[in-house]
Amino acid sequence: MRIHVTVNGSEHDVETEANMTLLDFLRDGLRLTGTKECCAVGECGACTVLVDGRAVNSCLMLTAESDGGEVTTIEGLAAGGKLSVLQDAFLASGAVQCGFCIPGQVVAAHHLLARNPHPTLDEVKEGLSGNLCRCGGYMQICAAVVAAGRANR
Amino acid sequence: MITEPIGAAVRRGGGVARVTGDQQFIADIRLDRMLHVKLVHIDCGHARIVSIDTSAAQAARGVVGVFTAADLPSPMPRFGPVYSDRPILAIGATKYHGQPVGAVVAETKEAAEAAAELIRVEHEVLPGVYSIEAALDPKSPLVQEPDLRPDDPRRDTNVLNELHFGWGDVDHAKADIVVDNVYEFPMVTHFAIEPHAFIAAPEDDGVVVWTPTQNPFQMQRIIAQVLGLPVAKVRVRAPDPGGAFGGKQHPKYEPLVALLALRTGRPVRLLLTLEETFQEVRRTSCRIRARTGFQSDGTISFQDIESDFLMGAYADIAERVIAKSNYLACGPYRVPAARVVVRALFSHTTPSTAFRGFGTPQVSWAHESQLDDAAWRSGIDRVEIRLRNLARKGEPFVPGDTPADGDWAESVRKAADAIGWGTPLAKGRGRGLAVAVKASATTGASYSIVRLHWDGSATVLAGTSDMGQGARTVLAQVAAHELGIPVEWVSVVMGDTAAVPFDLQTSASRSTVFMGQAVADACHDIKAQLEQMASELGLEAGVSLVEVLRARFGEVRGEVIGVGSKRSEHLADHPLGGAPSFYEFSCSASEVEVDEGTGDILLVRHVTVADVGKALNPQHVAMQDEGAAVMGLGHTLMEHIVLDDAGRIRNLGALDYRIPTTKDLPLEMHSMTVENADGPGPYGSKGAGEGGLMATAPAVASAVTEATGVVIRDLPLTPERVWTEIQRSRGKDGPTS
Repeated sequence: MRIHVTVNGSEHDVETEANMTLLDFLRDGLRLTGTKECCAVGECGACTVLVDGRAVNSCLMLTAESDGGEVTTIEGLAAGGKLSVLQDAFLASGAVQCGFCIPGQVVAAHHLLARNPHPTLDEVKEGLSGNLCRCGGYMQICAAVVAAGRANR
Repeated sequence: MITEPIGAAVRRGGGVARVTGDQQFIADIRLDRMLHVKLVHIDCGHARIVSIDTSAAQAARGVVGVFTAADLPSPMPRFGPVYSDRPILAIGATKYHGQPVGAVVAETKEAAEAAAELIRVEHEVLPGVYSIEAALDPKSPLVQEPDLRPDDPRRDTNVLNELHFGWGDVDHAKADIVVDNVYEFPMVTHFAIEPHAFIAAPEDDGVVVWTPTQNPFQMQRIIAQVLGLPVAKVRVRAPDPGGAFGGKQHPKYEPLVALLALRTGRPVRLLLTLEETFQEVRRTSCRIRARTGFQSDGTISFQDIESDFLMGAYADIAERVIAKSNYLACGPYRVPAARVVVRALFSHTTPSTAFRGFGTPQVSWAHESQLDDAAWRSGIDRVEIRLRNLARKGEPFVPGDTPADGDWAESVRKAADAIGWGTPLAKGRGRGLAVAVKASATTGASYSIVRLHWDGSATVLAGTSDMGQGARTVLAQVAAHELGIPVEWVSVVMGDTAAVPFDLQTSASRSTVFMGQAVADACHDIKAQLEQMASELGLEAGVSLVEVLRARFGEVRGEVIGVGSKRSEHLADHPLGGAPSFYEFSCSASEVEVDEGTGDILLVRHVTVADVGKALNPQHVAMQDEGAAVMGLGHTLMEHIVLDDAGRIRNLGALDYRIPTTKDLPLEMHSMTVENADGPGPYGSKGAGEGGLMATAPAVASAVTEATGVVIRDLPLTPERVWTEIQRSRGKDGPTS
């Protein structure tokens, strides 16, 4: 089937298999490999992207469902090649270890800050509870999001 | 003015690529004409393969080839880090749930997956060895073919080895209190967020293999051995792993993909699912019986430990895990008499391998719980009993071996203070404190080449893998400090056996100490060359490095190449083949609140103290230590692999196997260091990064005991288990008993 989708501001008019996930479309179709695949069952959050402003597990969404929509991936967050306040906060706080979960964490945190610009630590823990980090860098990740919220004031 | 990089929170090298999505993991790499591999499994543990019908798969669209044992060289090549026992594909029988019996190679991932479904494996399910009891039962089937170890008197048992360590006379040691208990530690899996992934391609007259390995040079050696190629014809490219934790240390499917690339003449890629990754690696489970004697004042008079560690179907590195951890099974204590007997058992389960802590979380679960038991019985404070027994700095707590190399009591006091030890507790709460010690790297070698460019910037070549611990950053800091240049002027190249010199491996928290010294050594080589140049050119003393380079190289330009190494040789008469270079000592303390109605444990506060000698990058130490503690909360509170009667893993994947999330974090968490510059690494550093999980379980369990009065000796401390034990202790029947 043919769909029309905007990804990181670029419009795509593409033919897609009915069963193709948004994750596979982004990674294999558009070569946007910043979005990661881990569990493929919607539990780990590594594949988190924004669709029309909502954070979704792209492994659980069909490409067809994004027809007419706007998708933002990790590649779309550093406007003009400049790190966002949030991305910089991740580095300053030491939130990045192996880095595999980080694109999903950053996108989920970006979404959280869009809804709640100045979250408390507890609100960040709740908001990022769907994003696994096996390096266990949660303390630093949460601190980074809180700091980014403060910097936005 | 250059900022001193050592001891500074220098930002992670490679950090920007990690927050923008630019970081390339294996699954992100595309090669032209790349084929896709799907493994074929059967849904049980131990089974005899009667026949494999690949005809439908062979004929399916997009399929390039289907490979089973029959298509591989005969005799089947076997490999492993210590014993060459693992076949490339299952031959005649499957020995664990998920062992591949075949591999489909196709033009697309979808075609490979669809064709794998068409393969019919006729098989007969056989009785299997899925537990310690079964492994020890002489009536059980043998996991390993006896002809793989024809000269071993244990070849007709499921025991690979029985190790004995100890000193003094345990049988005649006098004790006022003897505590005698059995502890269990479950199977848990690494669950790196990057599932294991491999690419191989023919290259000139050899092969190149991409793998997220911690150990590119061992991989190169073993692939060369399996394929019958010279080492120089095998190139291993190891992009930074997306988490490894020991699970990516030794070869698994790399020999298979290398062979498939050579057979098809094209690049091939194998991406495991998370479920397949679960079936590939796990921590060694165990049962430890510990008998510990104490004097009435709490000093230890003897430790008598007998354990069974359940490895999987192939040895991998598990025997080494068992040996190294049990060598220190008595913990960091002064023990007049010790006897440690441990059996390494085969089973029809996922081959267990290295996993952060390398057996130490298992042995500390026992020795720390034993000290608590003695403390409860004698009325001695649990911190005090540890302080009375801890080896003092310089004391050879294992006779004849590397003495205690830190002020370990300082770590304990620091943790006790931070957790508020001895201050009043709210109702339903308890505190616990536990220690652990790990024998670090023993033998090994690391080489580094540092290239000082004509403009004064430098490139460090190092075979270390940066799997999240930040080795890239720390090695840049060492080079910057030694050369006196800004850390931003240093690049670190890793992960390519064709580009970097030999390194033993990235394991045992060894890289800061071993590779750090090799890098420093290479920089010293450069400085010596610069001094020589300055003197030949007649330059004044104190002239800057850039001025020397300009004067020496002029318009033609050039570079100064420094070579460095750090070796620790094999000692044939040492039980571990070499003395530990340093000890990784860690203290954890926890305050918990237990909901007696549900058995749920709330971590109010958790503290870790790591004796790191010198924190070269304090922020990296904190993230490693706290991260390790979070991982430790997994095996303490929730993680365990569940097998059914046919050896199938029942909680395969993220839906049914839970690891800690942000919601499981302690309400407060603090990590601290002890820094006395008493390590063998650069500037007095020791290794770090594993310590935070080594004593998590006994610290939390001790706190639960104080809160509830119940003692639990099996992990994990699930709400169900805690609730059941509380009910039982209150004289009520549990739900099933």
